[in-house]
Amino acid sequence: MSRARWLAKELGPPLAGIAGTVLVWAVIAAATATNAIPSPAAVWDAFVDGLRDGSIQNAAVKTLIRLAFSFAVAVGIGVALGFALALNEFARRSIRPLVVALQITPFVAWVPLAVVWFGATERAVVFVAIVGSFPAMTLATIQAIRQVPPLYERAGRTLGATGWSLYRKVIFPAALPGVVAGLQQAWGFAWKALMAGELVVAAAGTAGLGHLLGQPDQPVPTLLAALAVILVIGVAVDYLAFGQLDRRIRRRRGLLIET
Amino acid sequence: MADVVTASELRQPVPKLELRNLTVARRTTGEPIVAATDVSFEVRRGEFVCLLGPSGCGKTSILNVLAGLDPATAGQALLDGQPIAGPGPDRAVLFQEPALFPWLSVRANIELALELEGVASPERAERTNRWLAKVHLDRWAEAMPHELSAGMRQRAALARALAADPDVLLGDEPFGALDAQARELLQDEVQRVWVESEGRKTFVFVTHNVREAVVLADRVLVMSAAPGRLLEEFRIHTERPRDLDDVLVTRVVSEIHGLLMREVDASVAREMAR
Repeated sequence: MSRARWLAKELGPPLAGIAGTVLVWAVIAAATATNAIPSPAAVWDAFVDGLRDGSIQNAAVKTLIRLAFSFAVAVGIGVALGFALALNEFARRSIRPLVVALQITPFVAWVPLAVVWFGATERAVVFVAIVGSFPAMTLATIQAIRQVPPLYERAGRTLGATGWSLYRKVIFPAALPGVVAGLQQAWGFAWKALMAGELVVAAAGTAGLGHLLGQPDQPVPTLLAALAVILVIGVAVDYLAFGQLDRRIRRRRGLLIET
Repeated sequence: MADVVTASELRQPVPKLELRNLTVARRTTGEPIVAATDVSFEVRRGEFVCLLGPSGCGKTSILNVLAGLDPATAGQALLDGQPIAGPGPDRAVLFQEPALFPWLSVRANIELALELEGVASPERAERTNRWLAKVHLDRWAEAMPHELSAGMRQRAALARALAADPDVLLGDEPFGALDAQARELLQDEVQRVWVESEGRKTFVFVTHNVREAVVLADRVLVMSAAPGRLLEEFRIHTERPRDLDDVLVTRVVSEIHGLLMREVDASVAREMAR
């Protein structure tokens, strides 16, 4: 396949989706003609203004640094905890319900607590992002390991794999596609939780993209421009990093049907 | 020629594998089902034995006990006179499905078996290449399992099972899912490996295919319908490699067929009488 055709095949559907969304939005904005629903053009202008005065880039950089840190910590905790809970039935039965409880706790509920514990600081925001995303990673890891076909485990044991070598050489590689699916979920949760944290905790020096959403005097086009930036970064990372990783792993294992 | 084996013919002091009054239950979600009951037999070192029986007769359950993957419900399973406590690299298993690890290439699958055995890295590569050549997969060494045909996959699994030089090879209907040509090719390869081992390697294969059992085995142990018991033993003396059209082979095959048909009829009658 030529490069141009590959690009068209790869990017055609998502671009069509975006174009459709913008079109529907423009029609609704034109039909209602209120300040509450600005036109795509107005939002674009606000976005360009934001880039000019640097507020969008500054906020985005700050947010991405936080996100990278929180996500890494959440994945570390989630994979380690999920692995431990998948291996030990007692631990799983006693601790998994708590992880599920954390998973269904709304992110915003953490914000006041985080402020009490850490003050209106960087740490409070990062805490909310971590606590909002590691449960998803943990649950996905448990699931991924428990779904490994028993045949692989049995084959590994007859080949002489025992204890740690069985997990390292057989169980964990077999569970990898499920763990990658967990990364994708945890990424979405980390984003959402971080935005909730940034939106509420608006102390000096904590201003990220979420902060742009939370200012009461913000004009609506600026608000929507910030929201669009958040969505685009979130989707782009999901697609380029996890989506591609997932496809690569599945293709290697013959689990991907090419069309 | 085939004849019924008598106990006095087994003269070796410690058999390679031995089952004493083994009963094994199949694990199910509900009540455990007795798969095989009161099965006793010995396998001498260097022998090729096939366990043959109708499906559900517990032959796979017996093999899993020998592999150390499942425990005996009652009775004993011994390896070199010692109770089997778990799986070990001295007993390789060929599963019904090839069970190659899909995240590793053919070469890496074989190398992993050697690595788990503690074989040093340079020797691993050398032995892997030797086995790849033996099963005619040299050109497919870097391929992923899903890129191979079913027959090639089972050949790769054979190489992986034997690469670490186990004393015993256990086969759980390993050729059941293959087409006729691939099956014959694998039967040939398995026989060749066994003959080349010159009496060092013991093979126990489970099958429901009478012709396969007769072509492969020194002894065929025929089992009853569920719950499986040993019905009869047949010795096959024909020279290897064996031809399916050989008169003697054909005769034993039809003899065993007759026995199995009578057994299946009887078990159906038992079911109906309940």
